[in-house]
Amino acid sequence: MLGYALKRLTSLAVSLLVASLVIFLVVEVAPGDPASYMLGMNAQPDTVAALRTELGLDLPKWQRYLAWLGGMLTGDFGTSYTYRTPVAEMVAERITVSLPLALYALGLSTLIALPAGIYAAARRGKAGDAGVIGATQLGIAIPNFWFAMLLVLLFALKLRWFSAGGFPGWEQPLLALKSLTLPAVALALPQAAILARVMRSSLIDILSEDFIRTARAKGLSRRQALWRHGLRNALIPVLTILGLQFSFLLAGAIIIEQVFFLPGLGRLIFQSITQRDLIVVESVVMLLVFAVIAVNFLTDMAYAIADPRLRHAR
Amino acid sequence: MKPTLILGALLTLTFTLAALLSFLWTPGDVEAVNIAARLQPPSVAHWLGTDHLGRDMLSMVMTGARTSLAVALVAVGLGMGLGVPLGLAAAARQGGWLDELVMRANDLIFAFPSLVIAILITAIFGPGALNAILAIGIFNIPVFARLTRGAALSFWRREFILAARVAGKGAPRISLEHILPNLANLLIVQGTIQFSLGILAEAGLSYVGLGAQPPVPSWGRMLADAQTMVSLAPHVAIVPGLAILLTVLGLNLLGDGLRDALDPRLRPSRA
Amino acid sequence: MSVSSGQKYPGGPGAEPPVRQVSQALLQVEGLSLAFGGTAILRDVSLSLPQGEILALTGESGSGKSMTALAAIGLLPERAETSGRLLLSGRDLMTLPERDLCALRGREVGMVFQEPMTALNPVQRIGDQVMETILIHKAMSRDAARARAAEVMARVGLDPERIPPTRYPHELSGGQRQRVGIAMAIALRPKLLIADEPTTALDVTTQAQILDLLTGLVRDEGMGLLMITHDIAVVAGMADRIAVMNAGRIVEQGPTAQVLAEQRHPYTRQLFEASRHQAPLAPVTPGETQLSVQQAVRDYPLPRRHPLAPRRMFRAVKGVSFDIRRGERVGLVGESGCGKSTLSRAILGLEPLQAGMITLDGKPILSHGRPDPEIRRRVQVVFQDPYGSFNPRHSVGRIIAEPFHLLPDPPKGAARQAAIAGALTAVGLKPEHAGAPIHAFSGGQRQRIAIARALIIEPELVIFDEAVSALDVRVRAQILDLVAELSRRRGLSYLFVSHDLSVVRSITDRVLVMREGEIVERGDTSDVFDNPRHWYTKTLMEAAPRLRAPETGGEDDAGGEPL
Repeated sequence: MLGYALKRLTSLAVSLLVASLVIFLVVEVAPGDPASYMLGMNAQPDTVAALRTELGLDLPKWQRYLAWLGGMLTGDFGTSYTYRTPVAEMVAERITVSLPLALYALGLSTLIALPAGIYAAARRGKAGDAGVIGATQLGIAIPNFWFAMLLVLLFALKLRWFSAGGFPGWEQPLLALKSLTLPAVALALPQAAILARVMRSSLIDILSEDFIRTARAKGLSRRQALWRHGLRNALIPVLTILGLQFSFLLAGAIIIEQVFFLPGLGRLIFQSITQRDLIVVESVVMLLVFAVIAVNFLTDMAYAIADPRLRHAR
Repeated sequence: MKPTLILGALLTLTFTLAALLSFLWTPGDVEAVNIAARLQPPSVAHWLGTDHLGRDMLSMVMTGARTSLAVALVAVGLGMGLGVPLGLAAAARQGGWLDELVMRANDLIFAFPSLVIAILITAIFGPGALNAILAIGIFNIPVFARLTRGAALSFWRREFILAARVAGKGAPRISLEHILPNLANLLIVQGTIQFSLGILAEAGLSYVGLGAQPPVPSWGRMLADAQTMVSLAPHVAIVPGLAILLTVLGLNLLGDGLRDALDPRLRPSRA
Repeated sequence: MSVSSGQKYPGGPGAEPPVRQVSQALLQVEGLSLAFGGTAILRDVSLSLPQGEILALTGESGSGKSMTALAAIGLLPERAETSGRLLLSGRDLMTLPERDLCALRGREVGMVFQEPMTALNPVQRIGDQVMETILIHKAMSRDAARARAAEVMARVGLDPERIPPTRYPHELSGGQRQRVGIAMAIALRPKLLIADEPTTALDVTTQAQILDLLTGLVRDEGMGLLMITHDIAVVAGMADRIAVMNAGRIVEQGPTAQVLAEQRHPYTRQLFEASRHQAPLAPVTPGETQLSVQQAVRDYPLPRRHPLAPRRMFRAVKGVSFDIRRGERVGLVGESGCGKSTLSRAILGLEPLQAGMITLDGKPILSHGRPDPEIRRRVQVVFQDPYGSFNPRHSVGRIIAEPFHLLPDPPKGAARQAAIAGALTAVGLKPEHAGAPIHAFSGGQRQRIAIARALIIEPELVIFDEAVSALDVRVRAQILDLVAELSRRRGLSYLFVSHDLSVVRSITDRVLVMREGEIVERGDTSDVFDNPRHWYTKTLMEAAPRLRAPETGGEDDAGGEPL
């Protein structure tokens, strides 16, 4: 187990390092000089030069990369070109919206998908199964931001149960949670459709395995065999999808925030792109990538706990 | 044949034909602004109503289909064109340096969700349909590379591949002659799935302004334009969304149907 | 008496089994028929198994024997259409509701399945899996169940010191897993134990131990055993009664000795003859040395324990040397994992050697890591799996012609068609089969096609890698005859790689016995089989189930005719 964790951890570190290099290089080749952008069209060349020095833009590329990397390791994400405030502060503020939203959606999606998938697999080929399959077909095909607009139309504009957008802040936790509910539902349902299908087909595969027949020969009923032997084995591939979904949810949250005017990372990133505040783009992208890689690492670890074969092998 | 396969094929065909037809003819002019006729509900003159600039929605949907299908098709082509050869090559030398490289590069790309790739590309080159294609296409490469590698590896262990090696055939020839044809079904099915995901991704990118730019019509941007009009004229938001939903649904049904129809495990064997 | 067993089972089958007074059979099948969507699988099957006896149900694949076993534990697929009765201690399982069947499975009937590798839940500890049988029936308290599980695991030969109940299935060997499977089946001392090909997936020495265990359980605990197997030799040594099945029907049944002696039904006779089949191998005078394997070593890298750990190697072939002379027919036997397949792949030039050399007519098979086409075309191969060894998308003609790739100037057009037709005719198929897709052919026909593919470029040496292991006995006999005939007509030399001693005995002049990457014994086939010198060869010979010719008769303890 330790060896396995060590191996995964090494590959996590390598992935992060390469990802940071890729992001840095991509942003480097972007046209436009942040300093002249910040000072506007009419800036004096020597003022621009002074600002370049201040921002460290005149250092060699590799030095700036190391500085950026070192800064991030110590929690210093640099200073926004536009607002002249530390990027870390801006990100910290926005992440209190985006992360809860993604987690809320992940929770909803899991709560809906796993029971639906298990139900469908247990009733394979019957009406209940067909119903779940049909619903998942729709769920996968629906664009989540459009679904979000429909939710706004129905629940905010027509029924007036929720507000159409905005975020009141965490000072009022219930209100904050309420304002995240429609966005979370919009994010969660399409993902739940995918997850339910994976759960269903994984469980159906497992239920045809020899050891399920062995369990039945011991006297377990079909239902007991499903719960005691099928489920844990079937959850192993579901875990992978769950890990992947986190990255989709993070990305999806960026778009959904636009629909609901939520002040999250998505808004920050689009703002920064328009203002060519590339250091913010760089840092936020790196943060997203870090989250994805870290979640994949956690998935791998969960895998090893769920499956003893992995724990012992390699 | 299952009815869902037929439904999927019909939906896919309808939208493809609508896109092609839009090159020759549309009911209205998508560039003619007519503020007087704005936000009209569906009528005989405008089957799907008009948008906030008074343009005919049916014409917009038809021309928008062009963008969606083109972006998704090219992106899938890019993903397949690079991913499949990489996957085949990686499988042919399992554990070799190329295999390692392909797998690590795959892991890396998977760490960047396609939207994040799009954001990065937009940050450099500015928004546009081409960037959407690149962003979606790059994300498709590891999907196909992984799928191809995994399936090809299972074939490399089969005895008919050993027999081909005994007949003196080398890895490239075996990959093309024995493995690729056996992967065709799998790739067709995955292709339709990626195609539908591509349409969804293009719509999302256009919606947030990272995809096709005006005057190129696009379903995603129609939705972005509609956002503030939802309460006044719900049809401007419902029509493009339904177009996306039905196209994606059609492709998914087609993919599922093809898998069931092509999967040899489900075919009655005569042996 | 016509049977002898490799082992001495306590109270094992002798002449007539002792006549027991049984008022009512434990398992009584009466006129059982079964169909799926109108296709009949079982037709009017009637069987009877008294308490404390072993009933063997034998037949070829697809004969319906496994379906009969599933019926006897009430696990038939839902869509099965059935008629007839299946009485267990007087209760008809065919009409029992599912709830009662659940109460009965595991408690009154236990079942052991064929594939020990997949029959256990991979994510649950073996002790818990054995305990589950007890707990699911609420037969005991948790502590008592734990104690009983430990007891029964010890009974099936799982030493708690070496294989504690906290182990997971993947940490056990195939034989150990099968013991766990048996422990689960007998934990509640069921009256009836069903074993569906329980040893087919196991090596011959493990098979003998498992058969010993099953027989011992029946004798000690007085349970009835319904034993499903395709291998008559296995059951001949242990069953009280035999039922022979063909195409869903019981064609013959009776006490073992009687069935073996009388063989009233022609199908039974065919089965027995095919099981004992001796291919007509014409004597040859070997020529000069053709294949020479010198100190061959093959290592495989093992996965690293962690990224910084040194690479570990597994040595599959440990410095093996042997020669094959022109026209010779050599067998290579050993159990799974002994390195025999690796060695044959190295001879084919499919795998590089880490040390040593393999030459054909004095020239190395691999030069600079690349096989020489001129050398390679002289060695061809027939693989085991009749279903996996052909590209499913190719026609028979294209499959057979594939080795032409090795020729500098392969025949084209009519010459190519003629060569394909010739190869097909040589293996007993018709030239018009060339256009047919491969999935139109049965397992036996496919092995003929594989042989045609190997022969089309007229090789000098053919490697048969478990080439008949996946075939039913009657088809196997035909293929062995074909191999013998080809060797006579074409003067072929061949290396026959197999785990099956009886097959190797019937088709080779000389034999090599391989164990853990080394050849431990070699010599003329009849010498080695009659007077094995190495302890491992002796173990193999003793473990192998054997079947004697019925004509010889004689006493029970006269010992079997040597293999």
